[in-house]
Amino acid sequence: MAIPIAYNLRNLIVRKTTTVMTALGIGLTVAVLVADLALVNGLRQAFRSTGNPMHVLVLRKGGTAELSSAMSRTVYQDLKTNPGIARDSSGQPMASLEMVAVISLTGIDSPHGMNVSLRGLDPMGKRLRDVPILYGRWYQSGRREIVVGRSVALRYPQAQLGKQIRFGKGMWDVVGVMDAGPSAFNSEIWGDLNQIASDFNRQDTASSVLARALDAAAVPALVNSLNDDPRLNVTAMREQIYYDNQTNAGAPLQILGMFVSIVMAVGSSFAAMNTMFAAVSRRAMEIGTLRVLGFSRFSILTSFFFESLLLAGIGGLLGCLLALPLNGMTTGVGSFTTFSEIAFNFRVTPAVMIPGVVFALILGAVGGLLPARSAARQEILVALREG
Amino acid sequence: MRYLPLILKNSLRNRKRTSLTVASIAVSFCLLGFLLAMYRVLFFGSDPTPAQALRLFTHHRVSLTQPMPASYEAKIAAVPGVKAVTVWQWFGGVYKDARDPKNFFMRMSAEPAGIFTIFSEMQISDDQKHAFQHDRTGCIAARTLMDRMGWKLGQHIAIAGDISPVNLELTLDGIFDTPDHYEMVVFNYAYLRESLPPEMRDLVGNYLVQVQTPGDAPLVAQAIDGMFENSPAPTKSETERAFQLSFVSFLGNLKLFLMAICGAVTFTILLVSGNTLSMAVRERVREIGILKTLGFTPGIIVGIILGEAAVVAVGGGVLGCALAAGMCGMLRNAVEGVQFLKTLRITPEIAVISLGVALVTGLVSALLPAVRAARTPILSSLRYTG
Repeated sequence: MAIPIAYNLRNLIVRKTTTVMTALGIGLTVAVLVADLALVNGLRQAFRSTGNPMHVLVLRKGGTAELSSAMSRTVYQDLKTNPGIARDSSGQPMASLEMVAVISLTGIDSPHGMNVSLRGLDPMGKRLRDVPILYGRWYQSGRREIVVGRSVALRYPQAQLGKQIRFGKGMWDVVGVMDAGPSAFNSEIWGDLNQIASDFNRQDTASSVLARALDAAAVPALVNSLNDDPRLNVTAMREQIYYDNQTNAGAPLQILGMFVSIVMAVGSSFAAMNTMFAAVSRRAMEIGTLRVLGFSRFSILTSFFFESLLLAGIGGLLGCLLALPLNGMTTGVGSFTTFSEIAFNFRVTPAVMIPGVVFALILGAVGGLLPARSAARQEILVALREG
Repeated sequence: MRYLPLILKNSLRNRKRTSLTVASIAVSFCLLGFLLAMYRVLFFGSDPTPAQALRLFTHHRVSLTQPMPASYEAKIAAVPGVKAVTVWQWFGGVYKDARDPKNFFMRMSAEPAGIFTIFSEMQISDDQKHAFQHDRTGCIAARTLMDRMGWKLGQHIAIAGDISPVNLELTLDGIFDTPDHYEMVVFNYAYLRESLPPEMRDLVGNYLVQVQTPGDAPLVAQAIDGMFENSPAPTKSETERAFQLSFVSFLGNLKLFLMAICGAVTFTILLVSGNTLSMAVRERVREIGILKTLGFTPGIIVGIILGEAAVVAVGGGVLGCALAAGMCGMLRNAVEGVQFLKTLRITPEIAVISLGVALVTGLVSALLPAVRAARTPILSSLRYTG
């Protein structure tokens, strides 16, 4: 016969100070883990939502990043004729030649300057991505004008609407702020390809080409035909894969966070063990009474073990609550692929809270096993006399 | 002090509880010490070595990746206070297979004439130095890198270019040792320059400058940047240490991250210690009543309980610092190629801070149970049945 759960619950309530203190300790451990997972979750979401399933990114042969890639205008002209590339209503191939560079801006989090990606696009590039303007207007071809992503405008005061930034051969006007949702484009600065390329002396050689396939199913065929074309000498890949690979930018923070939460968990499970041992010794007489009433050693063991899980579970929920205010907070991390910063939001979703609670339960199980065993082992007479 | 034996006896009374508490606190302090050590190397850096303090790194102000005119070299060399200058150009490229992170190391091109003056801490035998300086396609590598890659002197190293459209065929002429553990290959800039297409030959990535005395560094940096202020390629010159620290921000907002975790850890210690102490005091209510009848004043009782808390917390702190020192040592030896970890250690300052935190958290956590115990009237404490 099992001891009712209400017994454990009431015990936790009676010793509320100890319960709260132990649960809070476990909660802090869980909060660190949940915050860490929420960070990686947000970063992954940012990169996931950047790639369009119908788009193919083309780099120099063997290229792994737009920044270190080179794409000449002649190759671009040849590439555009590929029949796998979709055409718009006027028969234009939907492919955009783009140039990517990084510029350093000083921001709130980075007073010494942080790298931000600068992208020069063909008019088609803007249409392919379909990013809406939030404030101001789009840049005009042939003018020294740029549009910044929303995160750039927020994080770098010098790049706000109406301000001027100096790079290339002179000053550039910020004429608009675009809202690319959670995607990485919100961390970029866009301008007209020809204008930017001439400032960086790269009129003949840009960085990459973004092309739209006829439909999502035709993407692999387009990728293969571009990769196999010896005239072009390029590497093509699904745009989504390119961005997915950059999620590892968060790896240093992720590893540090994991490490910290595991070490904290060791400390918290010792603390939980302490609390449970105290509970067992204070309730010696109760345990004896329960045994006299006919509860088996095994039900005593499960009862105390369960109480420990309950305690840890409360801690786990507390930890999720502590981490919840982080949801939606913006932070930035540098990607070594783009050599620039990407801003993203923490995402505290059930997918990160569930591992947090499970982690707490494991911690409670480790902390509760020994005390529960010692409770079950007590001899009835000794236990009754001890009280 | 007279009560120290009593305090020690008290703390050893429930050995299981004390050892669990000390273990829990020790783990937390191990973490705290480790995080403080990380914080130190990331944001203060170890003090620059004498050679480092003399080095300035000059790059294009817009970004590291923007090239500068080759004509800057002569102009920089003419700035008062400059002892030596060399082109210092990052060559990305691919060694074997770029997908394997093991194949990553820094590939820098520099001028063999100036490089050994500027890196005065580089230890290399004279004949190897000579061989490198007279071999157009020669290169030198750090010993740690050579060991990791299994190279030998005379090794042929092929690196395919990406940003620079050049495929390098290098010969390993020399091995150098540095205290900074730079895992890099340095090759001859002349070789790179003449392999580049003509329009790229007069553009240089970065410059390394050596100043006469460490005190000159800020003035020389100002003079260089001032000289190119209104040119098409304005520069930014910073000390090597400052340049390295600027990469820390690339890892994200680590400062806030570390501070938040340290806060959480300290708070956990407070909870654990406070919890244990109140359990211990609750158990001893009757005993404290007896002490009072024997003439112990409430002040002494508070002192005894606070003392017990301090003994447990500081014991945990000492153990934690020792664990953290061991952890830093393990990490120093285990992780290859991550420069800043090589100076990771628990300095005396960090140990003092940790122990201070231990003492304060111990005392603070014990304050409430101690005062409560001291205030309980003798009669009700003697009547207490635990």
